[in-house]
Amino acid sequence: MSLVKRVVLWARQKSPWVLHFNTGACNACDIEIIAALTPRYDLERFGVQLKGTPRHADVLLCSGPVTHQIKDRLVRIYEQMAEPKFVVAIGTCACSGGVFQGCYNVESGIDQVLPVAAYIPGCPASPAAILDGVVKLLASLDPANAPKAEEAPKAEDPAVPA
Amino acid sequence: MFEGESVQVPVGPQHPALKEPTSFMLTLQGEKILQIAVRLGYNHRGIEKACEERTYVQGIYLIERICGICSHSHATCFVQAVEEIVGIQAPPRAQYIRTIVAELERIHSHLLWLGVAGHEVGFDTLLMYSWRDREIVMDLLALLTGNRVNYGINTFGGVRRDISPEQKADIFTRLNALEERTKYYVSVATQETTLINRLRNVGVLSPADAVRMGAVGPTARASSVDRDIRRDDPYLAYGEIPFKVITADCNDVYGRTLVRVGELMESYKMIRHALEHLPDGPIAVKAPRKVPAGEALGRYEAPRGEDVHYVRGNGTEKPDRVKVRAPTLANVQAVAKMLEDRYLADLPIVVAAIDPCFSCTDRLTEVRRADGPSSVLHWEQLRQYGIEWHRRHGIDFSKLNNSFRCPEDH
Repeated sequence: MSLVKRVVLWARQKSPWVLHFNTGACNACDIEIIAALTPRYDLERFGVQLKGTPRHADVLLCSGPVTHQIKDRLVRIYEQMAEPKFVVAIGTCACSGGVFQGCYNVESGIDQVLPVAAYIPGCPASPAAILDGVVKLLASLDPANAPKAEEAPKAEDPAVPA
Repeated sequence: MFEGESVQVPVGPQHPALKEPTSFMLTLQGEKILQIAVRLGYNHRGIEKACEERTYVQGIYLIERICGICSHSHATCFVQAVEEIVGIQAPPRAQYIRTIVAELERIHSHLLWLGVAGHEVGFDTLLMYSWRDREIVMDLLALLTGNRVNYGINTFGGVRRDISPEQKADIFTRLNALEERTKYYVSVATQETTLINRLRNVGVLSPADAVRMGAVGPTARASSVDRDIRRDDPYLAYGEIPFKVITADCNDVYGRTLVRVGELMESYKMIRHALEHLPDGPIAVKAPRKVPAGEALGRYEAPRGEDVHYVRGNGTEKPDRVKVRAPTLANVQAVAKMLEDRYLADLPIVVAAIDPCFSCTDRLTEVRRADGPSSVLHWEQLRQYGIEWHRRHGIDFSKLNNSFRCPEDH
């Protein structure tokens, strides 16, 4: 890998800016995403920062089964993001539709609409799982790591305060 | 911009202020908001219809996922309504366990709100502090129910998990830690001049308007409307647990902060009282799979206000109709009133101050028959239709004041 590529990869892995978009979720995954960013779990120690606009974001965190109302908006937000961009489906609904599968107003998961880079299951996905998923996604950006993604650094178990 | 010229600014559905998709169309004159139209429905998933296609037991878990913050409220409200139709009652121990989980949920919801409110006024330290402390109550909920959110503790006729003596001791220890921290938040809310000055006289809702707009929960109680279902129409174990209904007469966002912080302190006392007086006995009675024909209305004081579930059974395993009226739907009317003639910069905190939950609220749907004649009713016609329908059924609404108007259609 050339030096420039190595520097770009290093920068990309160390400062992934995320945008959170609720695509029809019940709020549970959304508050767990925020919980993952706050002191107990502290996703920010990996350089992750929550941004307000898709134009600043590298990673789109989606929660929810994608309602028909939100579908066009989701695509529009994705198109506004700069390349390279990654979509993370957080929660069982975002992965597969979950409990809302078959409801008349929902698609069954983010991957019906957008290419998904990482799936984080759980109802809701716990902050520890979100941490793990994001760290794995970042590790997979390095071509050297790609085939053995399961050896990606594990998020340490958050200690329970006494 | 020239004097007198107004401009329309759309906000949302994706926007940095709130975590949920909702859209506001603001008509601004300079920095002043002239008119605000709220557009809901981005989170509408069709849960009520899905309930009709699932059995009652599946319905509990679906209803729980109406909202991830007040999931116990919705599940309990639904379960209570169904239990009323069936004619069974959960044993006292189950009622107490439900109450304890309900109050823990209120604590987690109010701490969450406190952080969000801090974030909206640029006080991110408060967000980080209160969310760190919120993890204590999340641990407690995980300990009691097995899940941090969407607890799945309710079932028809009782609860699914008991509280052991060790868990009880654990709850007491952690509640003490939480109470210490909450005292600190009370001092922040009553002494921190920057915060007080930012919140005073913002989002003013007079008591008369609160009643007229049908505001519920802390939004109403902060405007001196003394209204709390836990006391007015006791359910679960609330009839046996002493507590104060916290009200404030500030009518503004500051008052809503005081009410929520005050309710936190009350909740700690209520949980302690409930644990000390936890009755012995079974945690559930057997409930039939089929629910007889009949209808019932469940009422529940969720952290955001009164939650109402209407359930109609038809003698089968699946409900005939389920209708949910979430507290935010009642409060969202008041937001437009609070923001009239206010500054654009107040929008995030005023909207956040009702603790909106749009995944709860997005229940509306429009049905158009492809084969039949279609008609569009205007607000006045719809209102007239409603009045006449009720008059035919013996209720006269025509004497109510005529001031409820929806914004003009564009």
